Amino acid sequence: MSAHLPILQILIPLMAAPFCVILRHRDIAWLISLIVSLACFAVSLLILDQVLTQGVISYFMGDWPAPWGIEFRIDVVNAYVLVIVAAIGAIVSLYGRHSVNKEIPKNRIYLFYTAYLLCLTGLLGMTATGDAFNLFVFLEISSLSTYAMVSLGKDRRALTASYQYLVMGTLGATFYVIGLGLLYMMTGTLNIVDLHDRLVGMDGSIRTLQAALAFLTVGLSLKLALFPLHLWLPNAYSYAPSTVTAFLAATATKVAVYVMLRVFFTIFGVDIFEETGLANVLMIFAIAGMFVASTVAIFQNNIKRMLAYSSVAQIGYIMLGISFLNATGVSAGLVHLLNHAIMKCTCFLAVGCIVYRMGTVRLSELNGVGKKMPWTMGAFVIGGMSLIGVPLTVGFVSKWQLISAAFEADMMPVAALILLSSLLAVIYVWRVIEIAYFREPTQNTGVKEAPLSMLIPLWIMAGAAIYFGIDTGMTLGIAEIAADMLVGGTP
Amino acid sequence: MFLQDGGAKTVQYLDFLSPGLYNYWIVIFLMMVGFYIVISRGNLVKKLVGLNIFQTSVFVLYISMGKVEGGTAPIFGEGFNTFSNPLPHVLILTAIVVGIATTALGLSLVVRIREEYGTIEEEDIHAQEDESL
Repeated sequence: MSAHLPILQILIPLMAAPFCVILRHRDIAWLISLIVSLACFAVSLLILDQVLTQGVISYFMGDWPAPWGIEFRIDVVNAYVLVIVAAIGAIVSLYGRHSVNKEIPKNRIYLFYTAYLLCLTGLLGMTATGDAFNLFVFLEISSLSTYAMVSLGKDRRALTASYQYLVMGTLGATFYVIGLGLLYMMTGTLNIVDLHDRLVGMDGSIRTLQAALAFLTVGLSLKLALFPLHLWLPNAYSYAPSTVTAFLAATATKVAVYVMLRVFFTIFGVDIFEETGLANVLMIFAIAGMFVASTVAIFQNNIKRMLAYSSVAQIGYIMLGISFLNATGVSAGLVHLLNHAIMKCTCFLAVGCIVYRMGTVRLSELNGVGKKMPWTMGAFVIGGMSLIGVPLTVGFVSKWQLISAAFEADMMPVAALILLSSLLAVIYVWRVIEIAYFREPTQNTGVKEAPLSMLIPLWIMAGAAIYFGIDTGMTLGIAEIAADMLVGGTP
Repeated sequence: MFLQDGGAKTVQYLDFLSPGLYNYWIVIFLMMVGFYIVISRGNLVKKLVGLNIFQTSVFVLYISMGKVEGGTAPIFGEGFNTFSNPLPHVLILTAIVVGIATTALGLSLVVRIREEYGTIEEEDIHAQEDESL
C-alpha cells in the first residue's frame, strides 16, 4: 500500500470525478469531493513523511523502468508542494458547499465538482511526475478544467475571462512543449533526472539549448503570471466563483512556480544562468511586477480584482527570491509559495463569505462590513497583515528570508525595494480596513455573519497564517532542505 | 568574394537552405502565422483557428525530429535495419488529443459568449462591457 502512495494521490481524484457526473446530484458530488480531497491530503502527508524519513521515492508506472517508462519521482521539493496543494484542496472543498450553491447555477453544480476534482488531479500530477512530457499532459488536465470552472462565474464577463485565459494558457503550454521538443532533440530523453544527467557538461552556449530555455521560461511565466505576462489573471480571478478564485490563487500559479524551479535547477542547473544572464532578466520583471501590480491594486474598486493584482505582486516576490540563485533566496521563494497560498486563500475565502451574505465585491458598497461580519473581516485582516508582512504573521517570515537573501547576494538596493513595495501593500490593505471598520453601515441592514461551515475553514487558514508565522521550524525547515537540494544540483 | 576561399564559406553561409532543414522552415512559418492570427484577429473563432495552426506547427516540429535518414516505419521486418524514432510520433498523438480538447472547450466558450453578448467580435464585446461600467 505505502509503495503505491504516489499513484494513489492522482488516481483517487481522477477516478472520483466521473462518479460526480454519473450521480448528477449536487450534495453527493460535494460529499465525494470533500472525502476525496481529505484523502488526498492524508496521502500527501504520508508521502512527505516517507520522503523525510526514507529519502526520494521513485515510482515506475506499470513497472516500466525509467527513463523508458513514466516515472513519478518525489523528493522533498515536490512532497512539500503536494502537501500545499492537497491541503488547500481539502480546505476549499470543506468551505465550498454554501458558496457554490449560491454562486453557481443549480443544474451545473455537479459539473463544477467534477471539474474541481480533475483540476486537483492535474495539479497533483504536475507536481508528482518525473517525466517532463507527462507534466505537460497534467498541465493541460488542470488548465482545461480551470477554464471550465472560471466560466461558471455569474457575471457574463466570466466567459470572456475564461476565453482569454484559454488562449493565453494554451500559448503558454505550447511554448513549454516547443522548449521540451528542443531539449528532446539535444538529449533524446524526457525523464527529468535523465535530462539533467545528459545536459550536465553540455556547452551552455549551444543555441538549441538556449532556445529551449527561452521557450520554457516564457511558457511557464505565462502560466505562473509573472509580470508582464499576467494579463489573464485579474479577469479570471475577478469573475470566477469565489471558491474557484480561492483555490486557483492558492494552487495553480504555485504549481507553475514549482515546475519553473524544476526546469531551472533540476534540468538545466545553476550554471546556465550565469552564462545567459537569465536571472537578471527575471529579477527585473519580478521587481517591476512587485511595484506595478501593487500600485494598480491600490486603485481597484472590486475587492477580488484588488487581491488578484496583489497576487501578481506576490508572485514577483517568489520569483525575486528564486532569481537570487542562492539557497537562502530559493528557500525564501519556496516558503513564500506556501505562505502566499495561506494568506491569499484566507483573503479570498473571506471575500467569498462577503459575497455570500452581501452579494457584492465592490469596495464602495462594503461600508461598515467589519461590524456586521466581525469573524469574516477578522480573518481578512489577518490575511491582509500577512500580505504586508507584519511580524507574527507568515508574511513576515518570507519577507525576512527574502531580505536576508538580498544581503547574502550583496544587493542592498533590492532589499530596500522589497521594503518599499511592502508599503504599497499597506495602502491597499488599509483601504479595505478603513471602509470595513471606520465607516457607518449604509444599506443591507439585515446582513448576518457567514454560516459556520464557511467560517471554520476560513479560520483554519487564518490560524495557519499566524501559527506558521510564529513556529517557522516546519515550513522554513523543509523549504531550506528543498532549496539546498535544488541549488546544490542533486537531482 | 565567397569563391576566394574555394567556396567552403559559401556552403557555410547557405547552410540554412540545406534540404534537411526545410521542415523546420515550414514549422517556423506556421508558428509565426498562427501566433500572428491569435494576436491580430478580433474574431474569437479566428483566434482559435490561429491557435490551432500554432499548435500544429509544434506537431510538425516533433514529427520532423523523429525522422532518421533512410529509416522506415518502426516495424520489424526482414531487410530493414534503420527505423525512424517512434517516440515523438506517440507524444504528438497525445498532444493532438489535448489540442482537440482545447479547441472544443474554446469553441463552446465562444458559443456561450455569443449567447450572452450577441457577438463574437472582441471590439463589440469590449464596447458592451464599457457601457455596463
